[in-house]
Amino acid sequence: MTELSTLQGTDQTEKGYNFAFLDEFTKREIRRKILKAVAIPGYQVPFGSREMPLAKGWGTGGIQITLSIIGKSDVLKVIDQGSDESVNAVNIRNLVSRMTGVETTTDTGRATIIQTRHRIPEEPLTEDQIMVFQVPFPEPLRTIEPSEQVTRRMHAEQDYSGMWLHLYEDIVKHGRITIGARYPCLVNGRHLMDPSPIPRWDVPRLHKSPVLHLFCAGREKRIYAIPPHTPVEPLEFEDYRFETEDFRGKVCERCGSSDTFLDEIIDDATGNARYLCSDTSFCEKRQRGEDV
Amino acid sequence: MGYVLVKGGSGAIKNAGRLVGSLRSATPMKVSQIQGRLRLSVDQVMGEGGLYAPELAALAIRQSDGDLIAASFLIRAYRSTLPRIGYSETSDTRDMFVLRRISSAFKEIPGRQILGPSIDYTERLLDFEERDVVDDADADREFGAEKSDIPKFKKVSELLRGNGLLEDVSADDETSDDACDEPCDITRESIRFPAPRSARLQTLARGETGAMLALAYSSLRGYGSVHPTIAELRVGHVSLRIKHPYTGNDVSVGDVLVTECEGILSGVGATEITADNRFSLGYGLVFGQNEKKAISMSILDGTMRVSEPKTPAEDQEFVLYHIDGIDAMGFVEHLKLPHYVTFQSSLDRIRAVKNERAGEVSDD
Repeated sequence: MTELSTLQGTDQTEKGYNFAFLDEFTKREIRRKILKAVAIPGYQVPFGSREMPLAKGWGTGGIQITLSIIGKSDVLKVIDQGSDESVNAVNIRNLVSRMTGVETTTDTGRATIIQTRHRIPEEPLTEDQIMVFQVPFPEPLRTIEPSEQVTRRMHAEQDYSGMWLHLYEDIVKHGRITIGARYPCLVNGRHLMDPSPIPRWDVPRLHKSPVLHLFCAGREKRIYAIPPHTPVEPLEFEDYRFETEDFRGKVCERCGSSDTFLDEIIDDATGNARYLCSDTSFCEKRQRGEDV
Repeated sequence: MGYVLVKGGSGAIKNAGRLVGSLRSATPMKVSQIQGRLRLSVDQVMGEGGLYAPELAALAIRQSDGDLIAASFLIRAYRSTLPRIGYSETSDTRDMFVLRRISSAFKEIPGRQILGPSIDYTERLLDFEERDVVDDADADREFGAEKSDIPKFKKVSELLRGNGLLEDVSADDETSDDACDEPCDITRESIRFPAPRSARLQTLARGETGAMLALAYSSLRGYGSVHPTIAELRVGHVSLRIKHPYTGNDVSVGDVLVTECEGILSGVGATEITADNRFSLGYGLVFGQNEKKAISMSILDGTMRVSEPKTPAEDQEFVLYHIDGIDAMGFVEHLKLPHYVTFQSSLDRIRAVKNERAGEVSDD
């Protein structure tokens, strides 16, 4: 997507920086690692993560992918918690915009690249779009095994018994699976994958989606991917099924939706809970009566 | 500010950055002042930032209001924009232009101990007269020696090695699964475990001083068995050479100030001896003058070579994943970002569990 004319020295957007911040060698390395990740869905590809002008843990992985794949004709959307206006989303959007000059949008339908922290937009996505996820913990097995050396071997041997046992013990202790976000999923029937801290609500939407999903953990230096139309199955037992968050009987007080992921807000005056769509762009479209 | 829900968050975000400026109450320090008077801060930032650039480090310290991890982070982020055009040739620290050189293993060493610049031997009393000093025209700068006056020094470790008391250099990568001759570069390839020694040393060289100090201390104090004797600690300038791309000759590209520590893993009371009855050596090399970090590095280099780790400082993954100040600061501070969605997910689960339990009670 980066054209030759955007190579260093020929067309600089910000004084002293290459187009899209990273030098071209780095972009090439990251693109190669992305290709490997696409070739082995759900497998964590180690890469030489660079320090970015964002703190580690604030989306340095996602931004490296975005900056490596973005070209001048792209339209970028950045969300955090479903919102385009969150501190993290604003930071990242400003940085990319400053370093590339590409158009940004809050409209999910118009974006060609959507970088996200913790959500997938409610609006159905198409095969012309790429989702880029910011990942704090790329290793789904880390909760049961602290050592990287051991977890890599577990993946190689497809030894996921520890995770099944973890879920079983959860049910024995609490009567159900208590994992909130970051629900472990099996990708393409082979690799166990951490879908990043998206809510369980968003997990079924990864399954056989037409979109290319790219995941990147900057601090942990791993890239992984779900190519379009790949099976993604959350771990579940026949008698204890995977469950999404329960919003039955609740609606967004702005747009009236009863089919979206809702943020719970404690009302200042009454102390009661109120509900609003977490996806602000979607909510606004519904309020305007657009068909989404 | 409700920092997700409020529209117009962008304005508030911009103002938060501007407000920092409003708290800077005195006239700005010159970058040259920081470079000249806060030299140990500058050294620490260059080391942890992984870029030898004193002036940029000083600029970063000023920009980050003196937060050294934040300053190192500015340097690292800047470093990402610089293409890697080559690697230097191996520098031999025996050729160092020595400012300071001490050994705690022997009373006398060939070439003598050279105390050099150090506050080690001064009383730690707050100097109230210093407070009002604005003009340092009288400062004592008469110590300048000519480069030619200072000889090159053999290393203390060479004496020990010559006497067959120290393991061979080639023997010291027993935990490596990497047979390549070239050192690893963890800034280009993500570190893998078990990590070859070159990757371990590189990670340590960029590590955060405080974190390394704490882990090294833990090993000395009680959670480990390594207690080195410093064969030699030296501070000085080392020249860097690269191969000229056209002529193929070595060309000097400048000097770097470094601190080097070679610790004999002997132990106090308990002596750590290798299978062939030799001492092993822990190695530390850091940018600038940063002796506590160089010593900590040599200790951790030693502890991580224990074949069956039993303590945190002996566990490669534990040490190498947690000593990077920029990684640690970023991830701990990211907790300030909104987590509404994940917390909503957790709320849903705890309510479901509570309802389940309530149901069980009423069933009874």
